[in-house]
Amino acid sequence: MDVENVTALHQAPIASLQGRFSSIRTTLLSQILGRIGSGIIVLWAAITLSFISLHVAPGDIVSLLIGEQIRTPAIEAAIRAEWGLDEPLIKQYLSYLWRVLHGDFGRSYVLQTDVATLVLSQIWPTLKLTGAALVVAVVFAVVSAVATAGLRWPRRIAGGMELVLVSTPSFWLGIVLLFVFSFTLKLFPVAGDRNFAALVLPALSLGLSLGAVIGQVLREGLERALEEPFALTVRSWGANALTLRLRHGLRHAALPAVTLTGWLIGNLLSGAVITEQVFGRPGLGKITVDAVLGKDLPVVLAVAILSAFIYVVLSTLVDTLYLLLDPRLRART
Amino acid sequence: MSVVSTGTPLAGFNGRQIVYSALRRPGLLAAVVFLLIIAAGTSWPQLLTSYNPIAADPLQAQLPPSAAHWFGTDQLGRDVFSRVVHGARYSILIGVSAVVIAAVVGSILGLFAGLARGIVDEAITRFLDVVSAFPDLLLALVLISFTGPGTFNLIFALGVASIPRFARVVRAQTFVIAESGYVEQARTFGLTPAVLVLRHILPHAMAQVPILATIGLGTAIIGAAGLSFLGMGPQPPIPEWGAMLAEGRNYLRVAWWIGVWPGVAITLTVISVSVLGRQWQAAFEGRRQQ
Repeated sequence: MDVENVTALHQAPIASLQGRFSSIRTTLLSQILGRIGSGIIVLWAAITLSFISLHVAPGDIVSLLIGEQIRTPAIEAAIRAEWGLDEPLIKQYLSYLWRVLHGDFGRSYVLQTDVATLVLSQIWPTLKLTGAALVVAVVFAVVSAVATAGLRWPRRIAGGMELVLVSTPSFWLGIVLLFVFSFTLKLFPVAGDRNFAALVLPALSLGLSLGAVIGQVLREGLERALEEPFALTVRSWGANALTLRLRHGLRHAALPAVTLTGWLIGNLLSGAVITEQVFGRPGLGKITVDAVLGKDLPVVLAVAILSAFIYVVLSTLVDTLYLLLDPRLRART
Repeated sequence: MSVVSTGTPLAGFNGRQIVYSALRRPGLLAAVVFLLIIAAGTSWPQLLTSYNPIAADPLQAQLPPSAAHWFGTDQLGRDVFSRVVHGARYSILIGVSAVVIAAVVGSILGLFAGLARGIVDEAITRFLDVVSAFPDLLLALVLISFTGPGTFNLIFALGVASIPRFARVVRAQTFVIAESGYVEQARTFGLTPAVLVLRHILPHAMAQVPILATIGLGTAIIGAAGLSFLGMGPQPPIPEWGAMLAEGRNYLRVAWWIGVWPGVAITLTVISVSVLGRQWQAAFEGRRQQ
C-alpha cells in the first residue's frame, strides 16, 4: 500500500465526520435508540404475523386452536369467549396484542393449562442447555482459532475437524456421544436433568457444531488481522506471538464473530429442541414437539414469539456492542 | 435462471482442468465420488442392495453388522444398509427441493427489493427481518403445526424458512453492483435501464445463488433430518435417515448400528456437498483455498 492510499483512507472518514464531530455522543445514542426501535418493530410484526397466520390458515380458527382435543360445545364457547371471535377482527387483533404484551398467551386446550405458566415452567432447563452450549462453542472457537491461525498444518487439521463438526447433525453427534460415554463407558447419565453431569453431553452435542462455525470465522478474521500493518507495529514493540493474537488480533477478529454469535444463538435455541429430545431432557423442546405434533397452536405460537423476543433482544444487544466496540462503524449513517 | 451463466466468469470450467485439479485435491475427488454413489442410490437403489428396505423379518432382528448384512439389521429385522441406501432418495430429495424453493423465491424477492429500492425494498426487508427473527428450524416447526407432518409439508416448511438467506444475499449484491464503478460507467454510456439491469446487474447479482444453494443444501439436509427425527417428516416405515435415527436412538443400548449408520450417511453427504460448495466458491472468488 503506498502513501497516497493510506492518506486517502484516513481522510475519508474524517471528512464525513466533520459535520457532526461535536455531536458524536448524541449520534451514538440515537443509533442505539434506533436499533432498539427497530427491534420493537420486528417484535410487533412477529406477533402480528402469528395473529395473521391463525386467521389465514385453512380451516376454521376454533379447530385450529383446539388442536387434537375433542371438540365439545363447552370448549368451543370457551375459545370463542377467550379469543373474542364474535367481535370485529380489529378488536380481536388489538386484544390479542394487549394480552401478549401482558404475557398472556392464552390457554392450551390440549394440555388444559395456561400457556404462559407452562412455557415459563419449562424455560429454565432450555436456557441452561443453551448457555452451556454457547460456552462450549465459544471456548472451542477461540482455542481452535488462536492456536491454529496462520499455521499451515494445524489450520488444515482444525479446518478439517470443523468441516466434519459443521456437517454432523447435532442430534446424531448426541446419539454417538450417548452410545460412547453413557451406554459403553457409563460416565454420564443416559437421560434427564438431575445434575451437572447430565448437562455435559447435551451441551457438547449442541455447542460443537456452532463452535466450528464461529471458529472458522474467527480464524479467518484473526489471519486477516495478523497480516495488517498494526500487527507488525505490535511485534516491533517486542510483544510475543501469543500476546499479539490474544490481545490485539482477537479483538479485531471478534467483531464478525460476535455478530455471528448473536445470530446463531437463535439457532442454538431451536437446536435445543432436538437435543432435548435425544437426551430425554425436560424443557421447551419437549413441549414444542408435543405441541407441533398435537397441533396445539397456542403453545407453538407462544414458543415462537418467545424465541423471536430472545432473538430481538440479543441482536439488539449485539448491534449495540458492535457500535461500542468499533468506533469506525459510528461514522457511517 | 439461464441468466446465471451469461457473462459470469466461472473460473475456467474445462475438462482437462477439472481432471488436473481433481487429482491435486483428493478431498474434492472423494466428495465427488461419494456424491455420485449417493446419486446412484437415489436413482437406482436396487443397484447397491438387494434387500427390501421395508419388509420386516422378526427372525433376523437386531443382528450386528456381518457379511450378509453389512450395517446389521434393525429392531424389525430389516437390513440397515438397504434402508440407508433407499433413504438417500427421501433425505436428498427433501433437501434439494427445499433449497430450490428457497433459492427461487428468495432470488426473486431479493432482486425485486434491490432494484425497486424505496418503499418496496423497505417492505421486503422488514418482512425478511421479521421472518428471520424466528430461527429456521422453529419457523419450520410453526409451519408444520399448521400443515401437519409429512414429506411435502416438511419440504414446504424448510424451503420457506430458508428464503431470507437467499433474498438477503441477492438484495445486497444487487445494491453493491448497481452502485459499482462499472455500472456507473455503463450508465454514462447511455444504456437504457432495461439493458443495464438485464445485462450488467442481474447476472452478477444472481451469480452467487447456485453456490449459496450448494452450501445451503448441506444445512437443508441436516435440517430435514432433524425435523424427521422429531417425527415431522416422512412417517414410518419410510426409510428416511432422520426418522431412522429416531428409531435407532431407542435401541442404542442393545443395537448401536441402527442409530449410527444413517448418521454417517448424513454426515458424509453434507461434508461432500460442503467441500464441493466451498471449492466452487473459492474458484468463483478467484482464489484457491489454502
